[in-house]
Amino acid sequence: MEYINLVFEEVYKILFLLVPVLVSVAMIVWLDRRVWAFVQKRQGPNVVGPFGLLQSLADALKYIFKEIIIPASSNKIIFILAPIITMTLALIAWAVIPFGEDQVLANINVGILYIFAVSSLGVYGIIMGGWASNSKYPFLGSIRSAAQMVSYEVSIGIIIINVLLCVGSLNLSDIVLAQQNIWFIIPLFPMFVIFFISALAETNRPPFDLPEAEAELVAGYQTEYSGMMYAMFWLGEYANILLMCALGSILFLGGWLSPIDLYPFNLIPGAIWLILKILLLFILFALVKAVVPRYRYDQLMRLGWKIFLPLSLTYVVLTASYLFYFNLLPTI
Amino acid sequence: MLAHAIFFYVFSIIAVISAIMVTVSKNTVHSVFFLILDFISISCLFIMIGAEFLGMIMLIVYVGAVAVLFLFVVMMLNVAQQKNQWFNSESTTSSHIPVGLIISTIIFFELIIVVGGWKYKPELFNPNTTQSSNEISNTHSLGQVLYTDYIHIFQISGMILLIAMIGAIVLTFRRREGLKTQSYLKQISRERSEGIEVLEVQSNKGVKIDD
Repeated sequence: MEYINLVFEEVYKILFLLVPVLVSVAMIVWLDRRVWAFVQKRQGPNVVGPFGLLQSLADALKYIFKEIIIPASSNKIIFILAPIITMTLALIAWAVIPFGEDQVLANINVGILYIFAVSSLGVYGIIMGGWASNSKYPFLGSIRSAAQMVSYEVSIGIIIINVLLCVGSLNLSDIVLAQQNIWFIIPLFPMFVIFFISALAETNRPPFDLPEAEAELVAGYQTEYSGMMYAMFWLGEYANILLMCALGSILFLGGWLSPIDLYPFNLIPGAIWLILKILLLFILFALVKAVVPRYRYDQLMRLGWKIFLPLSLTYVVLTASYLFYFNLLPTI
Repeated sequence: MLAHAIFFYVFSIIAVISAIMVTVSKNTVHSVFFLILDFISISCLFIMIGAEFLGMIMLIVYVGAVAVLFLFVVMMLNVAQQKNQWFNSESTTSSHIPVGLIISTIIFFELIIVVGGWKYKPELFNPNTTQSSNEISNTHSLGQVLYTDYIHIFQISGMILLIAMIGAIVLTFRRREGLKTQSYLKQISRERSEGIEVLEVQSNKGVKIDD
């Protein structure tokens, strides 16, 4: 009986986290399209519900009632597994995101490594989908996407090392608490810029959306997908974008901490601050999508390996030397 | 404790079965997927014994990077077409099977030696020989021995990996003649004076370009 109660308690906690995440993914799609439209002097989705807020719900209904088409020559098991893996991996990473001092589902010691590992697994959904479709465009798209994600993960990893040098712990709550005096965006500002650009590339957002470049590859790895399976890829993608925004706000913008530690700001709960920071980063993501043209593939690879990797490695050396020289290295 | 045992057996059964499937499955891409499943369940086992850092690094390095490259190679080479060639035709069988046998015997004996080490040197097996306490996480304790007592071994292994990487690049690098590449510096530093030239064109004579 105790076991069952324990299990139910955990299930409640997980639902309490996942349902808001899924709802906010739907809302964020609406926000993305709205921001994009406003930059281009259009209206964007504004018909369904107030301000078009229910547009994503209507889209989801449409996807649910559409037929799922499985190509005859595809590898059926892997074809069906691919969107499931993408969606699952995008959601399980939220387990370690802290929304407050103790408001975290799993406060594990290696939280940042966990997120990094899960986001590096995300590439499998795309490779599997592209390969199992047994068609040219999805295959090319998935190969491109895999190369892109593997390259940019290297620079994200080294940026994370920069932050870890200042914190001395892999726990996400410790990373936030270490920023009580100063947010890491100020001493590590170049790293924040590189992190932001790498996160764009990691989540296949424009200007790095080469895997789904419609002018050359139809829809990339999603070409053969339809109905709810397509929607799952799409949800996973946006959940990943939200996750990257959350990671950016935890690593550089002080997570749940309020900008000023004064009376009226202290009253606002930490979760609200975190959500505001995530939204700020997401609006930046959406603006970049609207204003920047797409990169060429060799330019993308050059940026990742020849510019970001040396820059972030140099910054690791600089940070480490600075901390060592002024005896600021964190102790256990 | 019961739940712990159940999880252990689930992960180890998945690990063993997928390890067998890697060698058994006909389609090469499937065997890479099984290899990935194997890596994941092994890293779950690492996490279960409290080595969460090793487990995560295993996921990041092996599953996130190495296995992706495996998949790349296997998918690009289109190995599925030649899958049965090695085992069916009589002429090629003799050249591959002995090499594989030798390597697998060596690995088998190495495994026996490792297990024997546990049997004959009990303090290797006993975790109390290393000072482990619950106050410091295993990431900290790994760092404390890796960068102090074992710094030379650590550096040497890093150098070996670097040399292997450079060797692979040197072996496959081929400088092609007549390759047109883009030089960003050249493009940006172009001036108007060298880009265009203003000429007076006389009628019925024209101008010569590209001298």
